[in-house]
Amino acid sequence: MAGQLSIAKALNEALRKSLESDPKTVLMGEDIGKLGGVFRITDGLQKDFGEDRVIDTPLAESGIVGTAIGLALRGYRPVVEIQFDGFVYPAFDQIVSQLAKMHARALGHVKMPITVRIPFGGGIGAVEHHSESHEAYFAHTAGLRVVSPSNAHDAHWMLRQAIESDDPVVFLEPKRRYWDKGEVGEDPMLPLHSARVVRPGTDVTLIAYGPMVKVCQEAAQAAEEDGRRLEVVDLRSLSPIDFAALEESVKRTGRAIVVHEAPVFLGLGAELAARLTERCFYHLEAPVLRVGGYHAPYPPSRVEETYLPDLDRVLDAVDRALAF
Amino acid sequence: MTVKSTSRARKKAAPGVPDPARAGIGAEPELVQLLTPEGDRVEHPEFPLTVTPEELRSLYRDLVLVRRFDAEATSLQRQGELGLWASLLGQEAAQVGSGRAMRSGDYAFPTYREHGVAWCRDVDPLNLLGMFRGVNNGGWDPNEKNFHLYTIVIGSQTLHATGYAMGITKDGADDAVIAYFGDGASSQGDVNESFVFASVYNSPVVFFCQNNQWAISEPTTVQTRIPLYRRASGFGFPGVRVDGNDVLACLAVTRWALDHARSGQGPVLVEAFTYRMGAHTTSDDPTRYRQSEETEAWKAKDPILRLKAHLEKEGLADEAFFAEVEAESEKLGLRVREGVRSMPDPDPTLIFDHVYSEPHPLVDEERAEYEAYAASFEGGEHH
Repeated sequence: MAGQLSIAKALNEALRKSLESDPKTVLMGEDIGKLGGVFRITDGLQKDFGEDRVIDTPLAESGIVGTAIGLALRGYRPVVEIQFDGFVYPAFDQIVSQLAKMHARALGHVKMPITVRIPFGGGIGAVEHHSESHEAYFAHTAGLRVVSPSNAHDAHWMLRQAIESDDPVVFLEPKRRYWDKGEVGEDPMLPLHSARVVRPGTDVTLIAYGPMVKVCQEAAQAAEEDGRRLEVVDLRSLSPIDFAALEESVKRTGRAIVVHEAPVFLGLGAELAARLTERCFYHLEAPVLRVGGYHAPYPPSRVEETYLPDLDRVLDAVDRALAF
Repeated sequence: MTVKSTSRARKKAAPGVPDPARAGIGAEPELVQLLTPEGDRVEHPEFPLTVTPEELRSLYRDLVLVRRFDAEATSLQRQGELGLWASLLGQEAAQVGSGRAMRSGDYAFPTYREHGVAWCRDVDPLNLLGMFRGVNNGGWDPNEKNFHLYTIVIGSQTLHATGYAMGITKDGADDAVIAYFGDGASSQGDVNESFVFASVYNSPVVFFCQNNQWAISEPTTVQTRIPLYRRASGFGFPGVRVDGNDVLACLAVTRWALDHARSGQGPVLVEAFTYRMGAHTTSDDPTRYRQSEETEAWKAKDPILRLKAHLEKEGLADEAFFAEVEAESEKLGLRVREGVRSMPDPDPTLIFDHVYSEPHPLVDEERAEYEAYAASFEGGEHH
């Protein structure tokens, strides 16, 4: 897999490898067959693995996840695609009340090795319900694992790891980065639920995941010109969260800023701020700050740039953190 | 087999007022019946059934024991041993008939009221009581007896059943699945989605709707304006209405439906027309919403009395047999009573035990916090 791959292609290759390595792996979703998915993530897979393993489903999200649960009970390892973030809510009962709790309700007698892939986040100029970040709902739900890659290497390996997991994994794909290219290495390098420092620094820790990692890297680059050395941590896993890695970073820098597209209020940043305050209280030079979406429905695309955190909003928060 | 329909003239009913024609109540000619309420055998051209006297006695035994178990559970709730109980009183024939139609490789996906099906799948009745006592949320291994965990969210299990059936097709196996649900669930999106998936994938699943006339306080007329079995035609598969208080008809029709499904002909909807004789659960008060005359009328159609009458009329069972079943039911009652009363509370750390199948640092951390907290009390015990 040497060479530069787009995130989309890296995901496609991951699905291909998973289909090859385990005959029980099946893909399910709307338009994932001949079309290859609306983002082409499953491009060519039905042709190579057949309609029996790459299944075009009726347009019913609850049905997709619910039948995936039944397939898992029969010994299959379903990977389902929800076409867009805003379309997952019809499947909410099946994900939150059925899938997440099944292992516990059965006292461990059954496993639910199901991966729910969801392209998430904004910045693509889409109509409504195509740009949302709903990770907090899923991370809030015990029984689910939630991850989001930010680059091609992680997209590939984290998806393979998610599919191999015997627990249900909500796999959030940063759709606006689908066409960003990067090197995909020969091995995963990290376990699925580890965070990674993607840019070392000393003054402030920026914590991000999925599409916001790139924004934070660009912010750190810009800040360097002002003599500020920002560390960027790619969270990668939203449940569980690698607090040990975050703690190590924040204790060094004394300042932390969480950046996500999702609304700040009760978003993942709230939990990160609370936990980091508990863990790093005597090391903090400033409160943990949060940069994210507003408490408003995701806006029409002509104003989404206002809603989405960008380099300037991140640097504004850096100024505030350093002013303490 | 074709989907049957009526050309019955419809008359308008006020909202919420049961209109027999609209909900199919009283549409008796459509019912598949093999044993009349008086205990007489009748034939149905499409659903012939040959049963030996021994099989008839065995079905009778099932019905009596299941009712006894159910009554015992209701009593245990009244005594404070269970937090809640959802009685199957009146629905024994629908459950035993369909349950006994299954082969060992078939799989049942129940609601929370399928105690009679569980009995037929050889699930220990005490296993069913754990969740109602509050010591677990199900807890049995569904794959041991091919009987899935009880599902409380209305209709969700029909999709699990359909997915399981899709897996059977992929495996090239000749097993089949029964998805149980009720008249109330027929309105749920999940049930309708499961009909869509099962029909387009031609999945071997039998949708077994026990129309017990009431979804807590709502009559069937709030859910549908056509007989429920006719819903199937819109999804492109057969629907049959069977007398749900006739164990023989339920057996014959379900056996046919399972064979239809397992032979690659796709799903079937069976509507077992029955009646919930008791409350929705022990927390419900049906006197607030239904007339005792209605309940009395259904008493005359009791599933156990009619089989007993048949056995007696035909001389297929003697007093000794009935006494033996009665004694066995007493024994079952005692076993259930003692089993529930001695059912231990789980250790509080059960909370953390099966959240995930693989290690999860947050769960481990919170477990350690709880254990340290509990140990901080004198004697190390905190409950």
